[in-house]
Amino acid sequence: MIDWLLLFSNAAQEIISPTTAAYALAALGLAVHFGFTGLLNFGQAGFMMLGAYGFAISTLTFGWPVWAAVLFGVGASIVFALILGIPTLRLRADYLAIVTIAAAEIVRLLFTTNSFEPVTGSANGLQGYKGGFAALNPIPEGTYGFGPWVYNEYDWWVRIFGWSLVAIAALITWRLFKSPWGRVIKGIREDEDAVRALGKNVYFYKMQSLIIGGVFGSLAGVIFILPRSVVPSNYQTTLTFFIYAILLLGGAATVLGPIIGSVIFWVLLSFFSGFIARAVEVGWLPFLSNVQAGQLRFILVGLAIMLIVIYRPQGIFGNKKELAFVK
Amino acid sequence: MAHAASRPLTRRAPRRLAAVLLAGLVAALTFSVAAPAAANEVGLDEFDFKISGLVELADEPLAGVGLSIDGNGFSVEVESGADGRWAVGVPERGDYTVTLDEETLPEGIAVVETTQEGDETPNSRDVTVGQSGSTVLNFFIGQGERNTTSLLDQVLERLFNGLNFGLLLALAAIGLSLVFGTTGLSNFAHAELVTFGGLMALLFGTVFGLPIWLAIPIALILSAGLGYVNDAALWKPLRRRGMGLIPMMIVSIGLSLAVRYLYQMFVGGDTRQLPGATDTTLSIGLFGLTWTDVASMGISVVVLLGVGYFLLRTRIGKATRAVSDNPSLAAASGIDVDRVIRIVWVMAGGLAGLSGILWAYFRPGVSWDMGFQILLLTFAAVTLGGLGTAFGALIGALIVGMLVELSTLIIPSDMKYVGALVILILVLLVRPQGILGRKERIG
Repeated sequence: MIDWLLLFSNAAQEIISPTTAAYALAALGLAVHFGFTGLLNFGQAGFMMLGAYGFAISTLTFGWPVWAAVLFGVGASIVFALILGIPTLRLRADYLAIVTIAAAEIVRLLFTTNSFEPVTGSANGLQGYKGGFAALNPIPEGTYGFGPWVYNEYDWWVRIFGWSLVAIAALITWRLFKSPWGRVIKGIREDEDAVRALGKNVYFYKMQSLIIGGVFGSLAGVIFILPRSVVPSNYQTTLTFFIYAILLLGGAATVLGPIIGSVIFWVLLSFFSGFIARAVEVGWLPFLSNVQAGQLRFILVGLAIMLIVIYRPQGIFGNKKELAFVK
Repeated sequence: MAHAASRPLTRRAPRRLAAVLLAGLVAALTFSVAAPAAANEVGLDEFDFKISGLVELADEPLAGVGLSIDGNGFSVEVESGADGRWAVGVPERGDYTVTLDEETLPEGIAVVETTQEGDETPNSRDVTVGQSGSTVLNFFIGQGERNTTSLLDQVLERLFNGLNFGLLLALAAIGLSLVFGTTGLSNFAHAELVTFGGLMALLFGTVFGLPIWLAIPIALILSAGLGYVNDAALWKPLRRRGMGLIPMMIVSIGLSLAVRYLYQMFVGGDTRQLPGATDTTLSIGLFGLTWTDVASMGISVVVLLGVGYFLLRTRIGKATRAVSDNPSLAAASGIDVDRVIRIVWVMAGGLAGLSGILWAYFRPGVSWDMGFQILLLTFAAVTLGGLGTAFGALIGALIVGMLVELSTLIIPSDMKYVGALVILILVLLVRPQGILGRKERIG
C-alpha cells in the first residue's frame, strides 16, 4: 500500500530544503532580469554554475577561505554578465535569449571537458569543498527539529545560510524596485524608447540589471552545492527551464512570487514524483516503469510552463497590469 | 582499405560501437540458448546497469585480456572471452574507471588510441553509466603504432564531414528560419521535430521492419504532418489570441521539454541504429567515404535545391517570402497569410524530419534527445545567416557544420560545439543582423 504519511513528510521537507532556497534565489535573479527589466536570460544555469564552480575551485585549488570563495564565484558571474551583455543588450530581446542559452552551454562544456580535469574534475565534478563552510557552523553537534524536519547541525546550517541569503536578496530586490532606479528599470521593460527619450542610458541600466540578477544566480549556485557535490550535468538547459517554470508560477514581476513559486514547485514535484513512483511499485500504473515515472516530472514541468503562459501569464501573485510580456 | 584503416577513429568509433552493440545483441541471444561458454560476463544478473566492450587487434578478437572496473565504491574484474567481448554489471549509474591490464596483452601490443592529447595511460579510461543504464567502451589496440594521417588528409576529411553535417543542419535551419520569418516565433521545439523524423524512421525501418526506401518516405510524411499539427493545434490558436512573441517562445520551450521527455518515456534512453547505419564495408574514395555519406549529401543537396526553387520560382514560394518580409503588407495585397504559414509549417516539419533521419546516420543512431543536441547549432546557423532568411540559414549552417568539424583539429572533440557557439556570440558583436540579414530586423 502507499505510505501517504511518508509522501506528505517528504513533500513537507521540500518547504525548507536548501534546493528550494537555491531555486528561489535563482528565480529571484531571473525575476530581476525577465520580470522587472524584460531581459530574456536563458542562461541562468550558467550563472549558477559559475557561482558553484567559483566557490568549489577557489576553495579546493587556491585554498581560499569561504568568504573569498563566494566572492570569487560572484566575480565570475559579473564578468560573465558583462561578456553576455556587451554584444546583446543593444539588440532585440530574442538575441539575448539565444546568446545566453549558448553561453550557458559553453560554460557547461568547458567544465565538462577532460582538458581541464585537474581543476574542474570534468564529468565527475568536484567535492570536498565543504570543510570551511562547516567550520563556520555555530550550531553544536546534534540532531534538531520536529515532525518531518529533523536534521543534523550541518543540514540546519545549510538551510539557515541558504534562506538568509534568499531573505537578504528579496529585501534588496524589494528596496531596489521601490527606488527611482527600479522605476527606470520597469520603464525600460514597458517602453525602452520612452525611457531613452527621458535621457536615461538604457544600455547601462540593462547591464546593471543583468549583473544583479546574475549575482543572485551565482549565490544560488553556492547554496545549491552545499548539500551535494558539483556535477556539470546538473547545469543543463533544463535547469534554466525549471527556474522559468518557478518564476512563471509565482509571478514574474514580483519579489515574493519566485520564492513562494519555488516552494510550491518543489512540494508539488516531490509529492507527485513520490506518488507516481509508489503507484508504479504497487501496480496502479501497469503501463509505466519506474524509470518512465521519473521522466513524467519533466513532462509535467513542460506542460505547466505552457499552460501558465497561455492561461495565467501573470502567475499566482502577479498583477495582470504588470505583465512581463510586453513586446 | 588502407585509407579507411588510417582514418582517425573519432568518427568511425561510434559506427564500430554500433556494430558491437548489434553483434552483442546477437551474442546475448545466442548465449541465452547455449551455455555461457566464455567467462566474460560478471554480475549481469545481479545488477541493472552494465558496462561492456570488445577487445580486438586488427579486427581479430583478443581473448583472456584482463580488465578491472572501479567506481562508486564498487570494483570488479573481468576477462575478455573467446570472441573478445566482456561485460560487467554495476550497481548504479555513475562514473567508473575501466583499466585494461596491459600485462595480459600479447608481446609488443599496447593500447594506442587515446581520447585526449597527452594522455599517458590510454589503457585506463573513464566511462559514465547514464540514463540508458549501459555503456560500451572499446579499447583500440595496435602494435604501438600511432595515428599517422597527414594533416592535409585530416583537413580534407574534416571539411568533407563538416560539409555533410552542415547540409543536414541546413535542412533543420531553413525550416526554423522560415517559421521565424513568417510568424516571428523562435521555436525551441523545432528540435523535437528533428528527433521525430529519426524516431519514425526507426519505428518503420527497424521495429516494423519495412525496407528503408519505404520507411524514410513514411517518416517524412508523418514529420510534415506533425508540422501541420503543430500549427493547427497550438500556434494558430495562440496567434488568434494575439499572444506576444516572447510568451510564444516560452510556450515553445515548455513544449520542447514536455515532448522530449515524452519521447524518452516511449523509446527509453538508448541509442538505436537505423538499417544500414553500420555499413562501413562500402568505403570508397579518398578518405573512407561511405555510401551513407554520399547518399546523405546527395539527398540534402537535391532537397535544398528544391527548396530554393520553391522559394524563388513558384507563386506560393514568392508569397512565403512576401509574408516573411512584411505580413501585413502581404495580407493587404491579397496573400492568404494563414495558408502560407500552414505550408511553411508543413515544410518545416518535413525538412526537420529529413534532417533528423540524416543526423541519425551521421552521429550515428537515434535517441530521444538527438534533435536537442543540435538545436543550439541550428540557432547558431540561423542567427549567423540572418534571422528569418532561408538562404542565410543555408550559408550559416554550412559554416557552422564545417567549423564544428574543423575545430576538432585544434581543440578536443568534447569541446567541438564550443567553437560554433563562440562564433555565434562574436558574430552578434560585429554583425548582429547576420550574413544575409537586414539591419532593420534587429532593432
